Amino acid sequence: MRKTLLLLLATTLAISSMKGQDTIPFIKAAQLSAWRSGASDTVYVLNFWATWCAPCVAELPHFEKLTAEYAQKPVRVVLISTDFRRDVDRRLKPFVERQDLKSQVVFLDERTPNDWIDLIAPEWSGAIPATLVVRPKAKFERFFERQLRYEDLEKAVQEALSQ
Amino acid sequence: MKHALQLSLLFFFLSAAALWAQSGGYRVGDVARDFNLKNVDGKMVSLSKMKKAKGYVVIFTCNHCPFSVAYEDRIIALHNKYAKKGFPVVAINPNDKDVQPADSYENMQKRAKEKGFPFVYLYDETQEIARAYGATRTPHVFLLDKNLRVRYIGAIDDNHEEPNAVKERYLENAIEALLAGKEVPRTETKAIGCTIKWRATSK
Repeated sequence: MRKTLLLLLATTLAISSMKGQDTIPFIKAAQLSAWRSGASDTVYVLNFWATWCAPCVAELPHFEKLTAEYAQKPVRVVLISTDFRRDVDRRLKPFVERQDLKSQVVFLDERTPNDWIDLIAPEWSGAIPATLVVRPKAKFERFFERQLRYEDLEKAVQEALSQ
Repeated sequence: MKHALQLSLLFFFLSAAALWAQSGGYRVGDVARDFNLKNVDGKMVSLSKMKKAKGYVVIFTCNHCPFSVAYEDRIIALHNKYAKKGFPVVAINPNDKDVQPADSYENMQKRAKEKGFPFVYLYDETQEIARAYGATRTPHVFLLDKNLRVRYIGAIDDNHEEPNAVKERYLENAIEALLAGKEVPRTETKAIGCTIKWRATSK
């Protein structure tokens, strides 16, 4: 328990110190578990996407809107890129800069999807876009394996907040 | 009382139907349906017409998806290795051309020619087959035995980005098991892939 808290604190600090997104933090599957099943009372909105994924890019503005409108609430959007590693510098970073994304962007530095897809949701087949809205302390979770509308997203977040 | 029973029965069937619809598609052990789809050479292809096959490596894939592209050479190699042993690759593109023009039939023909696909590359224009199988992403593999029983569902291997760093060849291991008359060691795996581009009106 204490270890999880420390891990959470450490990663939160590590990630927040990189704000501004000059660099994109590389995360491991353990971080997904920490967000998913830690003791945090924050609502995490974990979106799995890639720069070349058209439906993912189409829904990005909704996540940006959520980040802006819920800035004062315990809600954190994390855009988890599943781009190829070789594309991080040449595609992902320029994309994030060009779009001027305000939500946190991280790169999932894992090689074996079969090992971590179930950590997010056992019902996830692996198609992107996919989004998990989770509030660990309240044991609230809602998973979507599809492109979302802003209404879907906000509804899930409001439900999470009202738990 | 009678009404209550009827109602609860109705409810039971409705929820069972809802569950079934939701989980849609085949699980390992189910018998898959055959189909009659147009190949890039203009001919219609059915599994039942592949007389020499001892099984079928059905792969839902497409032109545009970077994961599919990353696996093209590996799919070619798989076909070259296993078609002669009775397990040909049957590639099916389920994407709607209006949602993703890069996956039109003409573009499939072009890609097949560019890469010299040695396997059939079929167009599931109505998306009926992808729905029946329960494919959700590209690439998405369904390995069938001679009786069309589904023996493996999932990914080709455990590393889409670096073919040289692959540790576990899920699909190849499954085919080898079938060839040896053994149980498939790992019957289901997952991978990240591009969502199938469903026609706007049908979903």
